Amino acid sequence: MSETRSGGLVGWIDDRFPMSKMWREHLSEYYAPKNFNFWYYFGSLALLALVIQIISGIFLTMNYIPSEDRAFESVEYIMRDVEWGWLIRYIHTTGASAFFVVVYLHMFRALMYGSYQKPRELLWIFGCLIFVLLMAEAFMGYMLPWGQMSYWGGQVIISLFGAIPFLGPDLALWIRGDYVVSEVTLGRFFALHVAAVPLVIILLVVAHILALHEVGSNNPDGIDIKKNKDANGVPKDGIPFHPYYSVKDLVGVGVFFLFFSVVLFYVPDFFGLFIEAPNFEKANPLVTPDHIAPVWYFAAFYAILRAVPDTFGGVLLMGLAVLILFVLPWLDRGRVRSIRYRGFSFKVALGLFAVGFILLTYLGTQPATAMNVIMSRIGSVIYFGYFIFLFVYTAFGLERTKPLPERVTS
Amino acid sequence: MKHDGADKRRRRFLTAATTVVGGAGVAFLVVPFIAYWRPSARAEAAGAPVEVDITGLEKGQLINVEWRGNPVWIFRRDEETVDALETIDAQLVDPDSNDPQQPDYARNKYRSVKPEIMVLVGICTHLGCSPLFRPDETPEGMDREWIGGFFCPCHGSYFDLAGRVYRGVPANLNLVVPPYKFIDDDTILVGEDDEEEGVA
Repeated sequence: MSETRSGGLVGWIDDRFPMSKMWREHLSEYYAPKNFNFWYYFGSLALLALVIQIISGIFLTMNYIPSEDRAFESVEYIMRDVEWGWLIRYIHTTGASAFFVVVYLHMFRALMYGSYQKPRELLWIFGCLIFVLLMAEAFMGYMLPWGQMSYWGGQVIISLFGAIPFLGPDLALWIRGDYVVSEVTLGRFFALHVAAVPLVIILLVVAHILALHEVGSNNPDGIDIKKNKDANGVPKDGIPFHPYYSVKDLVGVGVFFLFFSVVLFYVPDFFGLFIEAPNFEKANPLVTPDHIAPVWYFAAFYAILRAVPDTFGGVLLMGLAVLILFVLPWLDRGRVRSIRYRGFSFKVALGLFAVGFILLTYLGTQPATAMNVIMSRIGSVIYFGYFIFLFVYTAFGLERTKPLPERVTS
Repeated sequence: MKHDGADKRRRRFLTAATTVVGGAGVAFLVVPFIAYWRPSARAEAAGAPVEVDITGLEKGQLINVEWRGNPVWIFRRDEETVDALETIDAQLVDPDSNDPQQPDYARNKYRSVKPEIMVLVGICTHLGCSPLFRPDETPEGMDREWIGGFFCPCHGSYFDLAGRVYRGVPANLNLVVPPYKFIDDDTILVGEDDEEEGVA
């Protein structure tokens, strides 16, 4: 090593642990493209949301009791009797929705700028895995307050596994650990929600960031900044993550907290979208609420489920809607990453995909009327159509791209 | 074969043998962790039969009792309703109850032991919500003639008053008829019948 070692405490630690080395590799000498825009806030904000959820979650665990008789009551206790309990709980419920807002925008950014393309396939797959686990985490968390929506939502989602031919009923019984959703189910979901899933999510987030720093960040131009390096081997279009982007991201954090606080303090249930009305009523295994709707962040997938007039078919299509994301790097055969230089049809298709996803999200929260089912089918066709289109469009050379710039544009 | 006194072949064999034995150990250890999630002895025991007195059950009335933690509906149909059941066969997935969703003694056009008394597990065969009882009022989104039945609010499945599922809805199995028997004219025992293994 030619680098000079500092003395003192830092030197003592560096001789025993790669502290300064890690600092340089991941912050002060990690060169990110200088042309990041608005869409690049959401990665760091997702990390922030994770931290918020972990801290508020730990505090909720101190008073929450995962039992059939006391779960609902213990949440009410936190809300009414524990000092600042309402704040911690609303931070956790608002944080859950905020996490999904940020993650969906983060994913959309990747679609726009082709951040999943080679060589970032594994980075993308880690991200997809985090997304799947995040959905599991959110679903199990929603069960814990043991309100009507917790109970019946849980019943529906676990029944999804029951729809698998042959294995299904036994699998659903095994997941529930009882003939119906009960305290047994609640207990295991609690364990998974507070320990198992968060641990795996944290590990995957570390893998996601390590993979990112290995291949380097993409950028709105979708070109490789490592091709243009100066005499010191530093990309000419790169700037050190710290202090440039750490400070930029702080602005994002500020704006994020602004929106977060408005929801937290003025509309913590966000008009019944973040906490649904039936969940203010204790779970009753004998009566299903008149209208069951998942929380907004699952609604698009739920609408796809409902669009199919066959139980297993619906489950299959819904599962496929998530799984198809994993193979996106191989469906998109285009060599141009960014939407800025891609063909016109790509722009239209991605726009349509976004509209379709929002439509599905809306429909998933609405009752299953004949009209809504037809609309859900249209939305589902748009959703899957995007991936099919993208493959056909790129694999058969139909895309007319614009020339890529040599250096990033500002 | 030998380098620096090491026999690579033996070394590989030992490594493989250790891996296999260790792997088998791990496989055995997985069993208790998976079995831990199966219904406990207490959950199994909670599946005892339930006795229901239907003396006061009026025509068109439905009562909801709990068996194995599931809602079980018992309701009394009038003759008109029973007769109407046959008129909608063409709209149903399984009008003749061919799928094993009921004990053999309920595999008839009424799906019950006595035509007027209906016993059903009130759990939608789609994804486990409890459908709503709609004996008269046509449920939202139903564009066909409605002769009374059940409507599942979760995903929009319809069932008639014998728990038979309509075509073109997410569910594709009739509602389950639990094993049951009449102890006397006014008492039903849900969860047990006179046949050996009557569970549908």
